[in-house]
Amino acid sequence: MSDRTDRFQGYRGHAKDTLEKFGIGVWSEAEIVNDEGSVFVGVILPRSETADDLHVVIKLFNGYNVGLRANRIVSAKELGYKKAVYKIPEKAFPFDPKKKNVTLLGTGGTIASRLDYRTGAVIPAFTPGELYGAVPELADIANLDTQKLFGVFSENMGPEQYKALAIAIGKEIEKGVDGIVVGHGTDTMSHTGAILSFMVQNSPVPIVIVGSQRSSDRPSSDAALNLMNAVRTAAECDIAEVMICMFGPTSDNYDLLHRGTRCRKMHSSYRSTFRTIGATPLATVSRYPKDAGGSHFTYISEEILRRDKTRRPVINPSFEEKVTIQYYYPNFNPDIIDGLSAMGYRGLVMAGTGLGHVNKPLYPAIKRAIEKGMTVVMCVQTLWGFAQMYVYDTGRDLLDLGIIPLDNMLPETAYMKLAWVLGQTDDPTAIREMMTTAINHEIETREPHNGYLILQGGLPEVDAFVEKHWK
Amino acid sequence: MLERLDYEAVGLISGLEVHQQLLTKHKLFCRCPAGLYTETHDGEVLRHMRPTLSELGEYDGTALMEFKTKKEIIYLLNHLNVCTYEMDDTPPFLVNQEAIDASIELCLMMGMDIIDEIHIARKQYLDGSIPTGFQRTAIIGVNGHLPFHGRKLTITHVSVEEDSCREVRDKGHQIVWRTDRLGMPLTETVTGPELRTPQEVRDAILLCGMTARSTRRVRTGIGASRQDVNVSVRGGDRCEIKGVPRAGYAVKLVHNEGVRQYNLLKLREELHRRGLVSRDSIRIQPFDVSDICADVDLGFLRRALKAGGKVFAVKVEGVAGLAQHPTQPDTFFLDELRGRIRVIACLDEAPIVLSGALLPEFPDKHRVLERLRKRVQLKENDDFFLVFGLEEDCRTAANEIRLRFGDATQGVPQETRQALTGGFTTFERILPGPDRMYPDTDSPPTRVTEERVTSLKARLQPVPWERIERYMAWRVPEETCHYLIRRGGAEILDAVIEKTGVDGLLAAIEIGQHSKALKRAGIPVERLGVAEWVQIFDLFTEGRIPRETIPLVAARVARDGLGAEAAASAEGVAIQPRERWREQVDHLTMEGYQGEKVDSQEKRLRFLAGRAMEQLLGKAPAKEVAEYLRTKLEGGSGSASGNTQSVRSTEVAK
Repeated sequence: MSDRTDRFQGYRGHAKDTLEKFGIGVWSEAEIVNDEGSVFVGVILPRSETADDLHVVIKLFNGYNVGLRANRIVSAKELGYKKAVYKIPEKAFPFDPKKKNVTLLGTGGTIASRLDYRTGAVIPAFTPGELYGAVPELADIANLDTQKLFGVFSENMGPEQYKALAIAIGKEIEKGVDGIVVGHGTDTMSHTGAILSFMVQNSPVPIVIVGSQRSSDRPSSDAALNLMNAVRTAAECDIAEVMICMFGPTSDNYDLLHRGTRCRKMHSSYRSTFRTIGATPLATVSRYPKDAGGSHFTYISEEILRRDKTRRPVINPSFEEKVTIQYYYPNFNPDIIDGLSAMGYRGLVMAGTGLGHVNKPLYPAIKRAIEKGMTVVMCVQTLWGFAQMYVYDTGRDLLDLGIIPLDNMLPETAYMKLAWVLGQTDDPTAIREMMTTAINHEIETREPHNGYLILQGGLPEVDAFVEKHWK
Repeated sequence: MLERLDYEAVGLISGLEVHQQLLTKHKLFCRCPAGLYTETHDGEVLRHMRPTLSELGEYDGTALMEFKTKKEIIYLLNHLNVCTYEMDDTPPFLVNQEAIDASIELCLMMGMDIIDEIHIARKQYLDGSIPTGFQRTAIIGVNGHLPFHGRKLTITHVSVEEDSCREVRDKGHQIVWRTDRLGMPLTETVTGPELRTPQEVRDAILLCGMTARSTRRVRTGIGASRQDVNVSVRGGDRCEIKGVPRAGYAVKLVHNEGVRQYNLLKLREELHRRGLVSRDSIRIQPFDVSDICADVDLGFLRRALKAGGKVFAVKVEGVAGLAQHPTQPDTFFLDELRGRIRVIACLDEAPIVLSGALLPEFPDKHRVLERLRKRVQLKENDDFFLVFGLEEDCRTAANEIRLRFGDATQGVPQETRQALTGGFTTFERILPGPDRMYPDTDSPPTRVTEERVTSLKARLQPVPWERIERYMAWRVPEETCHYLIRRGGAEILDAVIEKTGVDGLLAAIEIGQHSKALKRAGIPVERLGVAEWVQIFDLFTEGRIPRETIPLVAARVARDGLGAEAAASAEGVAIQPRERWREQVDHLTMEGYQGEKVDSQEKRLRFLAGRAMEQLLGKAPAKEVAEYLRTKLEGGSGSASGNTQSVRSTEVAK
C-alpha cells in the first residue's frame, strides 16, 4: 500500500522494533495481547517525538488511549488500516448580496476546527466552506472570503509576517471589502495589533484581530463567539481602526474591542485576558443586540476613526530588526547595554521602574550607546501611568543623556513603533519627532480616571460587586 | 401494566459503571482541597456549550444545536473550594499522583493489569456539568474480575476521572451548577454485561463498593459512590440508568427498565403492523392553535400565552392510541415524549405535552376539541399533541415528537436515563458513544513503572472476599463481616487479633457489632483505633474486665479519650475475687419472681442471673456467674437433672 509511507511516525528504538516485528504501524487497526493476556483492540496512534521509545500508543475502540510497554507485547495482528483524513468536508459558504463582504486573513493557529474522534486529531477549519461547517452562524452575519497567509504559531510571528500582513490588508482594502478579520494566536496578538496600527494607517474599514484562549475543539471554547463578533465588527462596526476583539468577561457574554496600540494580554490563560491599558476600550460587541433589531455595539470611546470607504489607506511596511526591549531590575548590568551596542543594535526600549528610572551605574553605558547612534526610549514597567522623568533628579539625568521618554506608551507598542520608525530613518531629530507624535493613541495625553481599574479581590466592596456580575 | 417479568425469557442483561470518590487531599488536576462542600457562592460565570464536530457522520447543524446550545449555563463559585482551573480559565496542573496510586490499588485488588503509560483523555459532556465541556479521564487498569455468586464477574476496566458539578436547578433555558465537587478524583469501575437479574445488579454494586472500601483509599458518605446501571433486553438496546445512589434502589430500577424495553418492543410491533416501519415513515405537522386555546380556561395554557408564547398542536399520522401504550409500570409512551421535550426543547411547564386523545374536559361552549381536530385535519388513525411555550421551543418539541416516534419504529433508543424516586427513570440525554473522546493535549502521559506497582502491591489491604471467608469460618455473621469491611473495622480487627491473640469471633462482634450500636448512640467510636482496642482486649484476656463490659469500657475510652485501664476504673469495672461475688450470689432470693404459671428451670435461672448482674456488672464475668447459678440450681453436681429443679431452687431462695 503506497499511502503507508510514515508507518512509524514518532516511534523509535524498542517501540519501533516491536511494531516492525509484528507488521503493524501507525493507523493500523490492531489487536495486541500482552504478557498478562490482556487484549487491546484499537488504532495505533503516532507517538510524540519527545516521548520515550518504550511504549506503543493505541486508541481503544471505547475511545480511551493507553500506552503499552513494547517489551510486554507478546502478539499483535493487524485487523485493518485506515489513515486519518485531515480534511473537513466543505460546504459552500452562502453568498447574500444584501450582506457586507468580509475577508478573513489567516496567520496560523486554529480559530475553528473539528475533531477526528477515531484518532483524536484536531483538524483545523479555515476555508470559507470549512468555517461554514464549523461556525454556520457566520453566514447570518456577512459574506466571507478567506486567505491563508502563513501557518505560524503566534510566538513565531515576526517582521516578515508583519510586512506580508500589512500588504495583504492593503490589497483587500483595494478590492473594496467592508472589513478585515485577522485570525491570530493570542500570545503576541497585541504586538501585531501595535505594528499593524503603524504599518496600516488611515484605513477606511475595520481591521479586527481575533483568536481564542480555549481551543476550538472544546465545547466551552471562546473561539466561535469571538469569531462571530469579529466578523460582525468587520462588517458593521463604525470604527475603522486596527482592533483586537476578545472576550470582555470570562463569561460567554460580550467581546471588547481594544485599540491595537493600547492592548495587552494580562493573564496567561483567562478568556478575558486582553485589557486596554491607560485608556478605556473602544466598544463592546455582542452576539445578540440588546433590543430586537438594535445595534450589536456599545461605543465607549468618543475619539474614534469612523468608517469611510472613500478614505485611502497608507501602507508602510517598514521594520528595523535590530531593536530590543529591556526590562530594568535592580542589579541590571551595564554590560548588557554595551553588548547590545557592540552587536549593532539601533534601538532600545527600556521598561523602567516607577516614573521611568534605571540606576546610576547604567548611565555611562547608556551615554556610550546613544553616542554610538542607538535610540534609547523610556516606558514604564508598571504599564499603567506615565514616564515622567522630570520629577526626580535621576530622571532628569537620564533625559540629559538623550533618552526619549514615551509618556504612557506600552513597552511592546514602543518596541513595535521604534522598529517601524528606525526602518524608515536614522536621523535623530526625525526619530524623536516620530516617536513622540502619536499615530493612533499609542500616547494618550489624558488618562481617564476610570481607565485604571485593577480591582483588589477580597475586599468586601469588591466582592460585593463581583458577586453581582458574571465574571 | 406489567408487574412481573421473566428476566431469563426477555434476555435481561446488565452491567455496571461504579463511581467512587477517592480519598485524596487535593483535586485531580489542581491544588484545590477535595471534599470541601459549600452551599454558598461568591462568584458566578456564564457559559454555553457548543458541540464540536466529529469526522463521523454528516454535520447536522440543527439537531446538534437545538439539543445542546440553547441553555445558559451558570456556575456558582466559592473561593474556598475552586480556583481558576475549575472555571476553565487555567489549564490543568499535572495529574494528582496520590489519586493515581489509589486507583492502582483498587485495580490491584481486582487482579487487574495496570496500564504501562497512562494517557489522559477528554470525554465530552454538553449538559454543562463540567465547565470545560469534557471530563478528563484515563484508564488505569484492564482485565480484572471479582468472585461473584460462584462465578467470575469481569471488570473490563477502571478509569480515574474528575467529578462533575452538582446541579442546583434546571428551569427552561437556564441550568445552574455548583462547582465545589467539580474536579475531585473519582474511579469508574466498569463490569462486563454479565448480570442477569435486578438482584444480581444489587449484589454486584455491593461487591464493588466493598472492594473499593477495602482499599481504605476511598471516600464514604452521601454521594461518595454512585453507579450507572446499563440495562437491555433481547432485541432492545443499552440504556444507562444514571446516578443510582444505593444498591437497593437498583432492583426496582432495573426491573422497571426491563419492563420499559419489553413494552417498547411491543410498541414497535404495533407501529410496524400499522406500516410505520422506518424513521422516515413518521409524518408530523405542527399547527399554531394559540387562537383556539386562548378560549380555554387552563392555567398552564393561559400562562404560556400571556408570556408571549404559543400553543402548537402537532399532528402525528397513524399513531392514534399509541401515546397510551404502556412503558414502565404505570407510565406510558406519552411520558417518553414528555422526557424528550422537557430536556431538548426546554419546555418544562407541567404537563409539558398533552395527547389529543387524553385532553382535559374543555367547556363545551367553545367547541375547543372540535376546532382543534378540524384545524389539524385529524383523521381516525391520527393523534395530535399539544405543546406550549416559546414558538421556537414548540417547533423543537414538534421535531422531537417526530424523532421519538421514529426511534420507536426501531425499538429501544440508546439513552441515558435519570433515576427518580420510586424506581422510575426519565430521559436525561441520548447515550453518547466512544465518539466523544479525544486526547487531552494539556496533559503529558504518566509512565507507571513496575517498581511503583510492586510497592503499591506490598501495601495493599487484604481483598474483602478472603476476609469474609476467614471471618465466616469463625462464625461471624455475614452482615457483621460486611459492616467491618465497609466501615474499616476489618483492618483494626485483623491488627488487634494479631497483637493480642484474642478470639476472632469475640473481637469481630465487639468491633463490628457492639461498636455499631455505640455509634448509633452517638459515641465517637471512630476514635477507637488499633492501639485502643489492643488495650481493651488485653484487659479482657488478662481477666481484669468481664466480656459484657467491653462496650462499656470502649465507649468510655472513645468518649473521654482515656486509656482502657482508666476507662475501666471510671466505669467501676474490676473483677472481684471469686469468693466475694459468689457470696453475693449466695444471698440472692427469688423474691419478685413471677414465672410460676409456666415455671421452668431456665426461667428461674434467667431471673436469678438478672438479679445477680444488677449487682455484679463489671465485677464478675456474667458467663461464670450464670454457670455458678446453674450449678447451684442443679444441686452442685454440675450435671443437669430436670425433675428436681423446683425443690432445689426453693432451697436457694431460702
